[in-house]
Amino acid sequence: MELFTNQVLAGIATGAIYACMALAVVMIYQAIDHLNFAQGEMAMFSTFISWQLMQWGIPYWWAFLATLIISFAGGIIIERLLFKPLAKAPVLTNVAGFIALFAIVNSVAGLIWDFTIKQYPTPFGSSPFLGSQLISTHQAGMIGVTVGLLILLYLFFQFTRIGLAMRAAAAMPESARLVGINTSWMIALGWGMASAIGAIAGILIAPVVFLEPNMMGGVLIYGFAAAVLGGLTSPLGAVVGGFLVGVFENLAGTYIPGVGNELKLPIALALIITVLVLKPAGLFGRPIVKRV
Amino acid sequence: MTQAQLAQGNAPLLAVRDVSVVFGGIIALNGVSFDMHKGAILGLIGPNGAGKTTLFNCLSRLYQPSSGDILMEGASILTRPPHRIAEIGIGRTFQNVALFPNLSVLDNVRVGTHSRTTSDIVSDSLKLGKVRRLEAEINKKVHEILDYLDLNDVAHTVVSGLPFGTQKRVELARALAADPKILLLDEPAGGLNHEEVHVLGDLIKRIRDERHMTVLLVEHHMGLVMSIADHVVALNFGRKLAEGTPAQVQADPDVIKAYLGSKD
Repeated sequence: MELFTNQVLAGIATGAIYACMALAVVMIYQAIDHLNFAQGEMAMFSTFISWQLMQWGIPYWWAFLATLIISFAGGIIIERLLFKPLAKAPVLTNVAGFIALFAIVNSVAGLIWDFTIKQYPTPFGSSPFLGSQLISTHQAGMIGVTVGLLILLYLFFQFTRIGLAMRAAAAMPESARLVGINTSWMIALGWGMASAIGAIAGILIAPVVFLEPNMMGGVLIYGFAAAVLGGLTSPLGAVVGGFLVGVFENLAGTYIPGVGNELKLPIALALIITVLVLKPAGLFGRPIVKRV
Repeated sequence: MTQAQLAQGNAPLLAVRDVSVVFGGIIALNGVSFDMHKGAILGLIGPNGAGKTTLFNCLSRLYQPSSGDILMEGASILTRPPHRIAEIGIGRTFQNVALFPNLSVLDNVRVGTHSRTTSDIVSDSLKLGKVRRLEAEINKKVHEILDYLDLNDVAHTVVSGLPFGTQKRVELARALAADPKILLLDEPAGGLNHEEVHVLGDLIKRIRDERHMTVLLVEHHMGLVMSIADHVVALNFGRKLAEGTPAQVQADPDVIKAYLGSKD
C-alpha cells in the first residue's frame, strides 16, 4: 500500500509538470489552431536562462521571476516574428515553422551552453516532506507551485477584462474583433503566457531530469498526451489530463509487468492513440463542428 | 416631423459612396450609395442575393470594398482595422448569431463593453484601484442592459444552451453594451413568430428613441420594415433599385418587378 501511495504522489508531482506543458500547448492551440512542437524547447531555453542568471550570482527566486518576464517577452517576440506572418498559411507551413523553431532553439542552447548535463538546484531541498518517506520536499514544491499557478490563471481568465477578451478571441475571432478586441495582440499575449508557463515547468523539472538541451523531449510528449486526453480545446482538461497521465505513467511502470522505466514513454504514445481512436475530443473537449 | 427629417439638413452620420464589391467574376455590389441620418431607422431590403449582407459586412469591415468609400461622421472607415470599428460607434448583430458559445450571457455582454474601456494587463491582473472602479462601471452598465432586454433570469447561463430567440436578444445586448451610434441589425426577425416580430419592432423603436441610436435594418420581413423604418433602400443584383419612404418604395414598379417578377 505504501508503494502505491508513493507512486501516486510521485505521479501527481510529475503530473503537475505535464499539466503545465499541456496547458501551454492548449493555450497556443486555442489561439492559432496549431500544436506548438517547440513548446518543450522554449521551456528548456528558459530554464537555461534561469540557470545562467543563478551562475551570475542572482538568488533563485529572483532568477525565477526574471526568467518568467524574459520568457513572456520572448514568447511574444517569437509570435510577432515567426507565426504572425504565417497566420493565414496552410497547416503544413506552420508545422514546418514549429519544427524549424524546435531545431533552432535546441541548437542555439547547445551552442551557448553546450550539451553536457548540468545539475540544477532546487529551493525546496530533497529531504522527506514533513518527515514522511512518501514524497520529497521538491516534489511537494512542484505540486505547490503548479497549483498556485493554476489558481492564478483561473482567476485571470475568469475575472479580468483582458482574460475575458482572450477567451472571446479564442472562441470567435470575427465577433471578438467586432466588439473591439485586438485579436492579433491577444494571440501574442497567449504566446507570452504559454512561454512563461513552460518556463515554470522547465525550472521545476530540471532538478529531476537534469539540465541539458534535450531535457524536455520526453516531458513534452507526456504534455501532448495530457492535452489530448483532456481535450485540446479545454484548458481545464489539459490540467486534469496532466495529473492523470503522471499518475498513470507511474502506476503502469510499477504494476504492469515488463513495462518498467524503459517502456514508460511508449505508454504515453499508446495513450494518445487510444484517446484519439475512442474519444477524439478528449475528456473535457468539445467536438469541433464546422458548417459546410 | 420625425427626428430623421429634422436632421436632414445636417451632414449624414453614415455615408455609403459608390461602393462596389467584386468576388472573382461576381459583382456582389455595384456602385451603391445612400446616406443615413442621425436618429433614423433605415430599412435595407431586397431579394436573396441582392447584396444586403455583403454591404453589411463592408460596414463592419469584414469585407474590403473593391471601390467606393464609407464615411462615418465624414471620416472614411476603410482605413481602420476591424477591431477599431466598435470604438467609432458601429455595432452589429449577425443573421445566424455569432455569440461566444461557451461563455455565459453575462460574459458575452461584458465583452461587448471592451471597446469602451481600456486597461493594461498588469493593472488588470493585480486589480489596481482604477481597474476596480472600471469593473464596477462595467458591471453596472451590463446589468442595466440585461434589465433593459429582460435577460436577468439567464444571466449566468452559457449561451449555447439557450433558445435561438433568446440568443438573438443576447447578441443585441452585446451590441448595445458598446454604446454604438449606429446599430446594424442583420435579419433580427429571422426565426421569430408573428407575436415576437411585433415585440421586436417596438423594441427597435424604443432603442432608437431611448438610447439615441441610429438603426440600419436588413430584413426579409416586409411587415416589420414597413412599420418601423423611416427610410427604405431596395437592392437587387448588387444595384440600388429604389430609395425613399416605405410607401414610395412599396409603390415603385422596379421593386414590385424584382419581388414578384413581370409578365414578360
